[in-house]
Amino acid sequence: MEAFGLLLHGFAVLLTWKTLLLMMVGLVLGIFVGVLPGLGGPNGVAILLPLTFTMDPTSAIVMLSCIYWGALFGGAITSILFNIPGEAWSVATTFDGYPMAQQGRAAEALTAAFTSSFIGSLVAVLLITFLAPMISSFALKFGPPEFFAVYLLTFCSFVGLGREAKHKTVISMSLGLLLAGVGMDTVSGQLRMTFGSAELLRGINFLVAVIGLFGISEILLTMEERLALRGHAAGISLRVVLSVWKDLPKYWVTLLRSSVIGCWLGITPGGAIAASFMGYNLAKRFAKDQESFGKGRIEGVFAPETAAHASGTSALLPMLALGIPGSGTAAILLGGLMVWGLNPGPLLFVEHKDFVWGLIASMYLGNVVGLVLVLTTVPIFASILRVPFAAVAPMIVVSCAIGAYAIQNAMFDIWLMLGFGVVGYVFKKIGIPLAPSTLALVLGSRAEDAFRLSMIGSGGDMKVFWSNGLVGTITTLAIVLLFWPVIDRAFAGAARLVRPAKA
Amino acid sequence: MSNTELEIVVDDPTAPEENSPAVVSTGVVDVVVSLLLLALAAVLGWDNWRTGASWDSTGPQPGYFPFYLSVILGAASLYGLGAAFVSRREAAETFVTRAQLRRVMAVFVPTFLFCLATQYLGLYVASFLLIAGFMRLVGKIALWKSLLTAFVFTAAMFVTFDVAFDVIMPKGPLEAALGR
Repeated sequence: MEAFGLLLHGFAVLLTWKTLLLMMVGLVLGIFVGVLPGLGGPNGVAILLPLTFTMDPTSAIVMLSCIYWGALFGGAITSILFNIPGEAWSVATTFDGYPMAQQGRAAEALTAAFTSSFIGSLVAVLLITFLAPMISSFALKFGPPEFFAVYLLTFCSFVGLGREAKHKTVISMSLGLLLAGVGMDTVSGQLRMTFGSAELLRGINFLVAVIGLFGISEILLTMEERLALRGHAAGISLRVVLSVWKDLPKYWVTLLRSSVIGCWLGITPGGAIAASFMGYNLAKRFAKDQESFGKGRIEGVFAPETAAHASGTSALLPMLALGIPGSGTAAILLGGLMVWGLNPGPLLFVEHKDFVWGLIASMYLGNVVGLVLVLTTVPIFASILRVPFAAVAPMIVVSCAIGAYAIQNAMFDIWLMLGFGVVGYVFKKIGIPLAPSTLALVLGSRAEDAFRLSMIGSGGDMKVFWSNGLVGTITTLAIVLLFWPVIDRAFAGAARLVRPAKA
Repeated sequence: MSNTELEIVVDDPTAPEENSPAVVSTGVVDVVVSLLLLALAAVLGWDNWRTGASWDSTGPQPGYFPFYLSVILGAASLYGLGAAFVSRREAAETFVTRAQLRRVMAVFVPTFLFCLATQYLGLYVASFLLIAGFMRLVGKIALWKSLLTAFVFTAAMFVTFDVAFDVIMPKGPLEAALGR
C-alpha cells in the first residue's frame, strides 16, 4: 500500500495549473506529430525533446510522456480516417477501422480506438504502479554481473526474437555499441576511436544520433512517397461516444486479452508491433463469425489498439525499474532522463521518489486528459493533413537542427545529425532495424561498465556470470534467447521425427 | 452520422511517377553498405587493438570491449555480404527510382545547404532561408505565403529559445548587427 500513498503524492505534485497546461501542450504537440505523415512516436519525441531542456525534470518528463501519448492517439486518427498507419503498430487498426470510416461509422471507430487505447494504457500503468517498485527494490540487490546479464538478455532477445534478418539486427546493435564507446573511456580515462579529432572527444551523443536516425531520415523517406491522400472527416458527438461506451462491457474478453498480450510483449523488448497483430489475430480466431473481420467490425479496432497501447506503455516498466527501455521511444525517453542528470534504474525509486511517482501519476492523468482532448478535437487535427508537406518539412528540419545543437552547443553535432539522417534512410530501406541501434547507443557505456566491473571483481573469470542462481539463470536465458530460432527449429525437427506420420 | 460525408482530399502535384526507371537496386546498396561496415569494423578494430585490447593487472584494457564488438560487426557484415550475393531475388528489387531520388535530393540538398548556412550565417537566418526557399521552390507555394510562414516560424523559434529559455543557438552577422 506504500505505492498507493506515493502515487497520491505524485498526483499532488502534478495538480498545478502549470503542469496541467504543459500536459495539454505536450498532448497537442504529440497528436500533431502523430497525425503528420511520416512522423510518429519516436520521431516526435526525438524532435521535441530539446523544447524540454530548460524545464525542471518533472515538468519535462510530464511533457515528454504526454507527447508520447499524443503521438499514439494521433496515429489512430490517420489509420482510421485516411487508411495511413502513422506507426507500424497502427497497421492492424486500419484493417477494420478504415472500412468503418467508409461506411460512415468513422466517429464510432475513432471513439473505439481512443477508448481502447485508454484502457490498454491504463492496465499497463496499473501494472507499472504495483510491479515497478517491487522489481526495482529486487534489483537494488543487483551487482555488476547481474546488470550485465540483464543487458545481455535485452540485446539477445532483440536478436533472437526480432523479425528482421538476424545479421542485420547484429549489425545495428554492434554499430550502436561501438558508437557509444567513442570518446573518453569512463573507467580508465583513455581516449578511444577518436582518431585525433577534438570533436569526437565528447563522444557521439545519443540524442544527436536519434534525431538524425529518426527525424531527418523520416523526412527523406516521406518525400519518396506520393503524398496525396483522400479520407473522411469526422466529428464525434457525445451521443456516439456514449453508445460505444455502453457496448464496451460486451467486449470485455477482447479488451482483457489484448491488454494482457500487450503488457507481456511490451516488457520484452520490441513488442508493440507484434502485440497489435497478435491482439487482432486472436480476437479474430476466437470470434464466432470470422468472416466479418476486415469489413468494419468494432472488435477489429478494439483488439489491436488495446494491445498496442498496453505494450507501448508497459515498455516504460523495465525502463523505470531497471534502466532498460523496452522500445525505441522508451530508449529516447531514457536518453532524455539522462540529460537531466537522472540515472534510470532501481536507484531512481529511492533517490528521486517525487520524480518517479510524478511520472507515473502523469501517465494516469495524461491518458485521461488525452482521451477527452482527442474526442473533442478530432476534426481540427484531421485538417492538419491539409497543410502542405513542403511547409512542414523545412520546419521539422529546423527543429531537428535546434535539438541537435542545443544538447552540447556544438556545430559539429548538426553535421553529425545530417550524417545519421543519411545512414538512417539507407538502413531503413535495406531493412536494417534502427531500434537495436538506439537501444545499444543508450545502454552501451553502462553495459560495458558493468562488464568491466564484474571482470575486475572476479579477476577476469567469466564464470562470474554463472556464480549464483540469479545471474546464472539470466545469463543462460539470454543465451537461449539468442539462439532461439535454432532451438525452435531443432524442437520442430525433433517433433517431426517423433510423429512422422502426421507431418 | 451525417457529418462523415465530408471528405478531405489533398493532392500531391509533384508526386514521383510510378514507372520511373530504377537508379540502383537494393542488392547493390546492400553490398556497398556491407563493404562500408566491414571497412569501418576494420578501422575501429585496428584502433582498439592499438589502444590495447587485452588484459592487464586491473582487468580488461579500454580497447577490449570495442575490439570484440568490431569483430562482431565485421563478421555480421561479412555474412551480410555473402547473403547479398546469394539471394538474387531480393537483389533485383529497386532501391530507389529516378523520380524518387529527385524528390529525396530536393530535401537533402536544401538541408545540407541549411547546415552550411547555419555555420556561417547563424541558425535563425539559415532557417528563414530554408523555409522560405523550400516552400517557394519545392512546394510551389505563393511567395508571400512562403516568406510570411518562414518569418513567423523563425521569429517564434527565436522568441522561444533565445528570449524565453536562454538556449543559445549559433548566430551570425545579422544577430551581431542587431546587438543580440
